[in-house]
Amino acid sequence: MADNSHGSPDTSVTVATPGQGGVDTFTNPGLPPHRPRLADTDPRAEKRAERQVALLFFISVLGTLLFFFAYFFIPLNDTIERLRMQNLALGLGTAFAMLGIGVGIVHWAKTLMPDHELTEERHAVTDEKDRAEAEQIVGTILDESGIKRRPLIRNTLIGAALLAPLPAIAIFRDLGPLPGNSLKHTFWDAGMRLTRDPSGTPIKASDVTVGSAFHVIPEGLNEAENKLEEKAKAVVLLMRLDPESLNPSEGREDWGYDGIVAYSKICTHVGCPVALYEQQTHHLLCPCHQSTFDLEQECKVIFGPAARPLPQLPIDVDDEGYLIATSDFQEPVGPSFWERG
Amino acid sequence: MSSSSAINAYQPKTRVGRVTNFVDSRVGGSGMVKEFGRKIFPDHWTFMFGEVALYSFVILLISGTFLTFFFDPSMAETHYEGSYLPLRGVEMSVAYASSLDISFDVRGGLFMRQVHHWSALLFVAANAVHMLRVFFTGAFRRPRELNWVVGTSLLIMGLAAGFTGYSLPDDLLSGNGLRIIDGVVKSIPVVGTYISFFLFGGEFPGTAIIGRLYVLHILLIPAVILLLIGIHLFMVVIHKHTQYPGPGRTNTNVVGYPVGPVYAAKAGGFFFIVFGIIAAISAAFTINPIWNYGPYDPSPVSAGTQPDWYIGWVDGALRLMPGTLGPNFDFEFNIPFPWGVNTLSLNVLFPALVPAGIVFTLMLAWPWIESWVTKDKREHHLLDRPRNAPTRTGVGVAGVVFYCTMWAAASSDLIATHFLVSLNDVTYWLRILVVVGPIIGFMIARRVALALQRKDREIALHGRETGRIVRLPHGEFIEVHEPVDDYKRYQLVSFESPEAYAPVADANGHVSRSEKLRSRASRFFFEDRVAPVTPSELHASHAGHHGEIADAQDRESIASH
Repeated sequence: MADNSHGSPDTSVTVATPGQGGVDTFTNPGLPPHRPRLADTDPRAEKRAERQVALLFFISVLGTLLFFFAYFFIPLNDTIERLRMQNLALGLGTAFAMLGIGVGIVHWAKTLMPDHELTEERHAVTDEKDRAEAEQIVGTILDESGIKRRPLIRNTLIGAALLAPLPAIAIFRDLGPLPGNSLKHTFWDAGMRLTRDPSGTPIKASDVTVGSAFHVIPEGLNEAENKLEEKAKAVVLLMRLDPESLNPSEGREDWGYDGIVAYSKICTHVGCPVALYEQQTHHLLCPCHQSTFDLEQECKVIFGPAARPLPQLPIDVDDEGYLIATSDFQEPVGPSFWERG
Repeated sequence: MSSSSAINAYQPKTRVGRVTNFVDSRVGGSGMVKEFGRKIFPDHWTFMFGEVALYSFVILLISGTFLTFFFDPSMAETHYEGSYLPLRGVEMSVAYASSLDISFDVRGGLFMRQVHHWSALLFVAANAVHMLRVFFTGAFRRPRELNWVVGTSLLIMGLAAGFTGYSLPDDLLSGNGLRIIDGVVKSIPVVGTYISFFLFGGEFPGTAIIGRLYVLHILLIPAVILLLIGIHLFMVVIHKHTQYPGPGRTNTNVVGYPVGPVYAAKAGGFFFIVFGIIAAISAAFTINPIWNYGPYDPSPVSAGTQPDWYIGWVDGALRLMPGTLGPNFDFEFNIPFPWGVNTLSLNVLFPALVPAGIVFTLMLAWPWIESWVTKDKREHHLLDRPRNAPTRTGVGVAGVVFYCTMWAAASSDLIATHFLVSLNDVTYWLRILVVVGPIIGFMIARRVALALQRKDREIALHGRETGRIVRLPHGEFIEVHEPVDDYKRYQLVSFESPEAYAPVADANGHVSRSEKLRSRASRFFFEDRVAPVTPSELHASHAGHHGEIADAQDRESIASH
């Protein structure tokens, strides 16, 4: 392949030299001659095209009829199959009704309407004389208003105009309550039983075999007033591992019970439920953005966009052998926020 | 100025004339018909994407209005009693229950829901492809820069419309989408928590968000989109449409078909075609089967969930950002202030804002960036073929690669499960690709554009390769080239190829730093330029180029062999 960027103008494949864009250019040969279509020259082809267009419009009529048939004569009977059938018929009816008209008109335009390309001159968007006049008019308006000569008026107006919209912002204050401390506490409390999600039945420590995992909500959550809001913070994953494989840090040795540990199910990234438990590797995986937490390292982040371990819920068993929380979470659960600290 | 004789001066003779007379003498309108009736519109298949966007918006308005008659945006608790058996008796919000009713108990409701969803996907897609067309052909140049800005705003509003609508059914999938939005909002420094509480009317999920999104979705955002579309089309009329270069087309004329009847028929017919295609898709392909997901509950989530395609790139960016680097560093910073410790969560904030910020800022600024580099402030009504603006084409492709890598990242889990590869490896590779990919894409696209330009030069100079090998009497083999005609050649040579320039000193003989920068940018843009063939080059090539068939006589003598 020839080098077109560094050649000399004497060889035919070179780049242009300065000035080449000026005089030495091809002249515009004008529009190519019009090539007649079949329908322009052959009356039979013209007639045929006419019939095709009419046929397409007729297909549209059939489509509309199909829609009415589906609407009135395919009754729904509580099965998905029937619904699908009706949807298909309604949709195809509409599709034929629309495509018949659309394709028909376009076919008409392409075969039977004149296809001579026409040329029109462009005009400047505006007249430059107008621009000067407009400038002058605006100048006159400003002068007559005196806004430039009376800075007191101008400045007080600017001040007032800046201030006046503020109520329009302030009035939205009641869209919601202030956060307060609400993000730092959950429904959990000392002595509260761990129960199954969603049934709310309590869990015995002996039910939790090694390798199993439970989706957990606090006792009484289902009856709570703000059930969904509380649940959005309080859901917990419960797993039992070989106690040897857990490596609790100092002060957290008694947060689990005989290899059973409970962690917040709300991802510390943006709050999706960390719903996947990889039994073999002891990893928790968030299906939304794939943050991976290692149970053997107190749910430290080992992959993905989360930056913080899942908070652990300290648990124990009560006299009847049911699992209970010994306190609320010791840190805010879920995604980070400015006031988290 | 009016008198009875003036009113009666025009005597309509046809029925059309009588209608015209009635309308025009009361409200005017003949001027408009005069202006638009035979206005010329250039025709090209790539000009169709904007139309697709416009028509899918009209279909959105039609189907959306139907849906509002049945949808109830309330988050009050209810028990489902409709005809979908698996969910009967399940506790859910009224919004979700009414979405189910639309699907199962309103005849044609499911069809309308699917039409609405499919046309929303198409609306954003057509917007995006239309903008790509405008970018790659340079249609954003003066005088159309402001319309490019309006178009970009339309795209952003389209995303907003899509996301607010996506959340309305209050099913599990969209609820988790909202949860992600809540997490992102909370990562905003200082005001994030407050915005979240004001948006949701308290703690997530609350009972306010669906109603609020509904008002945005059916009132505010469509109104803004309509207004922007009005401005957009108004400007198209003012500027007249651009056209591709070619024989007969100049920067000062418009070549095409008159609005009436050809263009109006094609464009009007095309509306029905778009509607028909959306109807066919909605008939045959299920979209967003909300009954499979169940009502929103903060605890469950289904694996392999995907957002609607246009939100994918932001979700992908969230996935690609590493939260930690090594065992001892993470992107969440606890900053001690005199009043206490505050948390800055860059692992969320950065991917949510920066990639979208880069893309939209560059998009909005590009018309001015380019005209600053080229010093080209002229009006352009002739489009560039993408190959004739290699650097711009490269930049566009880089943007597309950047976007698509993030979009692919939103499906990293599905890529891993479908191709049986490690999810972690997919993420690592995409992290590399999101940085390196745009650079490679830029280089390849620019090289391809330059290569195509060179090919154009060859064709313009030597004609088309016919594949016919001919042996001359003295034993030499040549391939016969068939020269192109004047029209075809003009298409190949009628483009501008700006040159890199040296920095220019100002009046004091001082070369400013910005001028130096501009000259460097200009070198980057145009150093490797390929110039259009000139008549003298063509002449020279015909006269003296060895191996060519020098004149018509020779050609004929060979052809007769």
